Amino acid sequence: MAPGDILIDVKGVAKHYGAGETRVDALRSVDLQVRAGEVIALLGPSGSGKTTLLNIIGCILAPTAGQLALDGETVFDGRWLRDDLRRLRLDKIGFIFQAHNLLPFLTAGENVALVLDLAGAPAAMGQARARELLDYLEVGHRAGEKPAHLSGGEAQRVAIARALANRPRIILADEPTAALDSQRAQLVMDLLRKLAAEQEACIVTVTHDEKIFDRFDRLIHLRDGHLVQT
Amino acid sequence: MNLAIKDIRHGLFRFVLTCFGLGLLMTVVLAMIGIYNGLVADALAVVRAPAVDVWVVEADTQGPFAEASAIPADTRDAVARMPGVAAAGAITYQTVEAPYAGRTLRLYVIGYQPGRPGGPQRIVQGRGIGTSHFELVADRKTGLVPGDTIRLGRNRFAVVGLVEGMMNSGGDAAVFVTLADALALQTELAPAAERVQAARGAVPVKTASVAAVVAQVTPGADVALLTDTVRQWKHLAALTQAEQEDILLVSVVDKARRQIGLFLGILLTVSAVVIALIIYTMTMEKLKQIATLKLIGAPDRTIVGLIVQQALILGLSGWGIGLTLILLVKDNFPRRVLLEPFNAMMLALIIFVVCLLASGLGVRAAMKVDPATALGG
Repeated sequence: MAPGDILIDVKGVAKHYGAGETRVDALRSVDLQVRAGEVIALLGPSGSGKTTLLNIIGCILAPTAGQLALDGETVFDGRWLRDDLRRLRLDKIGFIFQAHNLLPFLTAGENVALVLDLAGAPAAMGQARARELLDYLEVGHRAGEKPAHLSGGEAQRVAIARALANRPRIILADEPTAALDSQRAQLVMDLLRKLAAEQEACIVTVTHDEKIFDRFDRLIHLRDGHLVQT
Repeated sequence: MNLAIKDIRHGLFRFVLTCFGLGLLMTVVLAMIGIYNGLVADALAVVRAPAVDVWVVEADTQGPFAEASAIPADTRDAVARMPGVAAAGAITYQTVEAPYAGRTLRLYVIGYQPGRPGGPQRIVQGRGIGTSHFELVADRKTGLVPGDTIRLGRNRFAVVGLVEGMMNSGGDAAVFVTLADALALQTELAPAAERVQAARGAVPVKTASVAAVVAQVTPGADVALLTDTVRQWKHLAALTQAEQEDILLVSVVDKARRQIGLFLGILLTVSAVVIALIIYTMTMEKLKQIATLKLIGAPDRTIVGLIVQQALILGLSGWGIGLTLILLVKDNFPRRVLLEPFNAMMLALIIFVVCLLASGLGVRAAMKVDPATALGG
């Protein structure tokens, strides 16, 4: 698939909870396409549906209706078309969390190598990939440290390395700069933009951080389950 | 990458402390098993000590352990002359308290006739009784050593040898003395009391009574026929060795055995609950990490492996610590703690099954974790 092609294709996706008078429409017929190399932000007040949309794209939550295609493969069309959604996530999607969510009992290098280990890659390959990514993100010298001994910025870069370990073309980030100061937040976003361009990946970020709005190609506003693109 | 080992190493001190706590619980469980075994073994040791085939006791009694039994000492001669009897010996049992080294020893005195059945089978230190009077062979648990002397009744006895594992069902260590000394110990009065009896004109008892006559039969002899023949003498009863052991287990130690068995059952249940709680708590503390693992694509087997492996390592470490501790301290218990390899293996198997079941609770909780909880919002 060439750069610029559609990596995320959301068509008419809706999600509601409950029924009758208690029914809540979290998403109402949302359409969204994200291309390779794009870095977009999902914005909106609490309860607007941005996390629901992120969970649906991440194959964690099944939509009530609609279609979802990832990296050219239709994965949901009224029902999940793949049995093993965890394998799908492992192969196609990288996640970056608000609080980095590194496993505290693994070193930075092991946290990154774990993804390849789960994918069945030999240990040596995982270690080499972890070294390569951590060096690239300028935290290679901290590879042997446990997350508790890393600064916020270092931990977030390790988390980014973990998200990239399996070379996914879709990266979903949930408030990736929330725990960082302004300067580090800008650096992380610049890094994500660079990675998206170099690895022909797309990045979908849920954020409230106005200081980094200028780092996105598109800002997608969600309001009451409707999508408003700006 | 073994996540279970990595996690254990990360919180090693806490894990070791938990294992140690569990190990102490296992020590108590193993101690109870050992005491249970010891109770039975002690009870049987005294019955098996004479290494005989037939016990001749007072009629209508199940003596001499379950009930008091007194038969004339010369019954031995009658029994010894019976067809099929290879050897017979008279035997007495009594419990005495004797001062020794500033404390009071409670002793189970066995009187026997040296050279005849009824005496100790294996001397582990020193020698057997070599004179007619005032020598004794003691169980090592008494604390006596060859060369010591101890006063029993009106006489002082020299310790000439030691045996091991000779206790009565109450846990009192045994000493072997000659039948003559044992009878004297039973009947001789203190000098003042003897003077009072003499002044009253009381006639001293001439006929010596023993608790039982034990007999070894010749190879091929019919033990049942022998006991039936003895029972024809109306004043006597006869028991085979197996019947004597059954009586002892059913009548004498049964209640204590059931009590300990019940307590052991409660302890095992408590251990199972504790293990289940520890493993469940360990899993609940990792729910966020489990959600992250699920989100990044870890298969169920990775998460199940993390929980089950930790549960098994915890359980088997606790078992290992418990076994080590009980082996170190078992000889300091006042009663015998007898642990067989089979008991330790059975407990390991029970712990293994308990850990598997307990980790099932943790696995169930982990499987319910929504990977979305790893994301905020």
